[in-house]
Amino acid sequence: MFRFIVRRLLQMVLAFFGTTLIVYALMFAGQGDPIQALAGERPVTAAQRAYLTEKYHLDATGIGGFFYRYFDYISNLLRGDLGESLTGRSIGDILAAAWPVTIRLALIAIAVAVIFGVTAGVLAGIRRASIFDNATLLLTLLVLGIPTIVLAPLAQYFLGVKWQVFPPTAGADPDFFALLLPGIVLGSLSLATALRLTRTSVAENLRADYVRTARSKGLPNRRVVSVHVLRNSLIPVITFLGVEVGNLMSGAIITEGVFNIPGVGFNLFRGIRTEDGPLVVGIVSVLVVVYLVSNLVVDVLYAVLDPRIRYE
Amino acid sequence: MRVRRLAAWTALPLAVTLGLVACGSGGDGGSGESDPNAAVRIEIAEPQHLVPTNTNETSGSQVLAALFSPLVDYDEAHKPYEVAAESITSEDNTTWTIKLKDGYTFHNGEKVTADNYIDAWNYGAYAPNGQNSSYFFEKIAGYDDLQGESPKAETLSGLKQVDDLTFTVTLAQPYSEFKSMLGYTAFYPLPEAAFSAPGELVEGYEQAPIGQGPFKMKGTWQHDAKVEVERYDAFPGEQPKVAGVEFRIYQQLTAAYADVLSDNLDVIKTIPTENLSTAGTDLGDRFVQSPASSLHFLAFPTFQEEFSNPDVRKAISMAIDREEITRSIFKDSQQPARAFVSPAVAGYRENTVGAAGEFDPAKAKALYQAAGGPSKITLSYNGDGGHKDWIDATCNQLKANLGVDCVGSAEPKFADLLTKVKAKQPVGLFRMGWIMDYPSMENYLGPLYSTNGSSNYYGYSNPDFDRLLAEGASAPSEEEAIKKYQEAEDLLAEDLPVVPLRFGQNNFGHSTKVKNVEMDLFDRVNLTKIEAIK
Repeated sequence: MFRFIVRRLLQMVLAFFGTTLIVYALMFAGQGDPIQALAGERPVTAAQRAYLTEKYHLDATGIGGFFYRYFDYISNLLRGDLGESLTGRSIGDILAAAWPVTIRLALIAIAVAVIFGVTAGVLAGIRRASIFDNATLLLTLLVLGIPTIVLAPLAQYFLGVKWQVFPPTAGADPDFFALLLPGIVLGSLSLATALRLTRTSVAENLRADYVRTARSKGLPNRRVVSVHVLRNSLIPVITFLGVEVGNLMSGAIITEGVFNIPGVGFNLFRGIRTEDGPLVVGIVSVLVVVYLVSNLVVDVLYAVLDPRIRYE
Repeated sequence: MRVRRLAAWTALPLAVTLGLVACGSGGDGGSGESDPNAAVRIEIAEPQHLVPTNTNETSGSQVLAALFSPLVDYDEAHKPYEVAAESITSEDNTTWTIKLKDGYTFHNGEKVTADNYIDAWNYGAYAPNGQNSSYFFEKIAGYDDLQGESPKAETLSGLKQVDDLTFTVTLAQPYSEFKSMLGYTAFYPLPEAAFSAPGELVEGYEQAPIGQGPFKMKGTWQHDAKVEVERYDAFPGEQPKVAGVEFRIYQQLTAAYADVLSDNLDVIKTIPTENLSTAGTDLGDRFVQSPASSLHFLAFPTFQEEFSNPDVRKAISMAIDREEITRSIFKDSQQPARAFVSPAVAGYRENTVGAAGEFDPAKAKALYQAAGGPSKITLSYNGDGGHKDWIDATCNQLKANLGVDCVGSAEPKFADLLTKVKAKQPVGLFRMGWIMDYPSMENYLGPLYSTNGSSNYYGYSNPDFDRLLAEGASAPSEEEAIKKYQEAEDLLAEDLPVVPLRFGQNNFGHSTKVKNVEMDLFDRVNLTKIEAIK
């Protein structure tokens, strides 16, 4: 197990540099005129252009320029310096301010998905073809069919503006209650998927030989379900949720925008819009780490859930 | 400041009819007693900078308008009057003497002196400081010496202190409307405390700018969250009627709109496009429209053979039904335009485009065929600003009325469009927008149409036009300057290098907790007028 983790960590280092290289290359290739993009439709003065060009080495173009800028970026990164955004703010500071709120939001979303998704999935799996099962099928299909870009403003309008159950936006320093609605919206898609996965898996395992054995041993039904069935049914769900942690953090662009939460997605959107290369690469680098770590955790959890899985 | 900022993503904007404007602008529907101890909450986007000479977008200039008091402001007729200045005079339009009012202090207690202005302007003009608004100082003598990578001088030779409260500004060339320029954000003073050494700004000054205006900072700029200011009691000018302002930062206007609907936010400066059609029902008389300075137009690449004939350009202009587009696409949030300057400036005349501005498909087609216009027209625009709808509508009109083939061609961003236009690639007609830097006809004419204009992308050059602009700039009085500028505008109508299409308007809304909400021509909420309701 220990050797497995060390090997995975070493692979992560390679994966990290590979992805930053690709992201940096994409931003580099897609970059038109970031100085003009920053200014919107206003003309840019020669002085301002010269100042920014020099500061961010924007005159280094072509293949040579790309590697010059990439190695410059990486060497700063290794020293813990993520650089400055085009408006002169330290990207480290931006991320330090953005992460806590995004993590809180993602945790609420995951909690919603696990608590409601897995519970309802188990119930639906046990009572297959019941009214409850069919109702959840219909409901989850509906949720899966509505994109967040529709769901978020609708939830905001009805629950925030019209009936005033929740505050319509969360703002920069939200309490738990203010984050609840965006968290539910963000988590609803994962909830639906987690529910479908759990339901299928539970339904299948209920018919497995070891469950029949457990039942014929006379074990109480509650123990059969919670220990024998659930534990084995959770593997696909855990895989899904592990990947979903990364998705929730990067995929919160729409939700964070609608509810005005200045988190990671909010900053990523701004970075892309203003062609702010350093900001986008900085955020994506951190997201890559989140994905890698959550995948590692998922793999380790497999071994915990299923004793047959062993890592060398 | 945010002058000229038609940032692509906020672009669709503005406005309804000018008629509504006059009576609508006060939003005076509010009743209830005013509460001088309450703070109001106003929507902004994250400012790019909060240093006066580095701030040229609306959000930053809104915050700075709270922290600083300008030398001049503008009256109903868009003429400048003194605020922090006692008098601004000149004999020859070249040397201007600015005398400051006594009694102004910075929020740290420093007395405001002439040197505070001189130091701030020198800092702004010095090229290595990379200030966004440095071009505002280009009319001042000595500006050229401060440009380049290692400038010859560090201070503008045209700025001279006379006594503690008086200084003179010598311009490189006479300019009759210099006083109008001084209301802009770039011309605020900076306290001594802002400089760590001569010409060097204290690091972190913009996190909590010290000004001489009606409000002072409360804490520091909380990035992506808010900027809070509170009333500065030692302010000698007109005191605001609220205790403070929270400028709350939004990335999406729809979020701010939801907050205004539920009274979680007091003022939204631009109603999002998707909510324009329902804003009247949602907000009632709290949905307000007022004139703005923006002008939207389609520009011709006049250097291209097929568009070099003015008759072709006029025919295209006559084939466009402006009213139809402002009504059906913009829901009357913008006004049809038939002039090259906005109604926001003194000297505006309603229909300077003349016959070429009248919608007349039959005449347009005949003229177009006689002039041998191209059989295919391309309209280029930036795809990120919500322009597709009106470009397509315009194309359909051209197809139907001129019998030509017309396609809209989207570039990802305005910057991409500009790059192509500057390289003189054949993009066809292209859309542009303009917001003034200061209320003056010259600002709508010089940069856009003079031979060396900074935003003249269409290759238009008319020596008579250039001459009239120069004469206007050196005219002995503002009235005479306006006459020259109007003559110059008439020349544009003959040549029609661009087709003026629409004037923008401010479409803003407020909550039930405030009244007397007004917006100025620079897209800023008037902070001395706004009142909170108990």
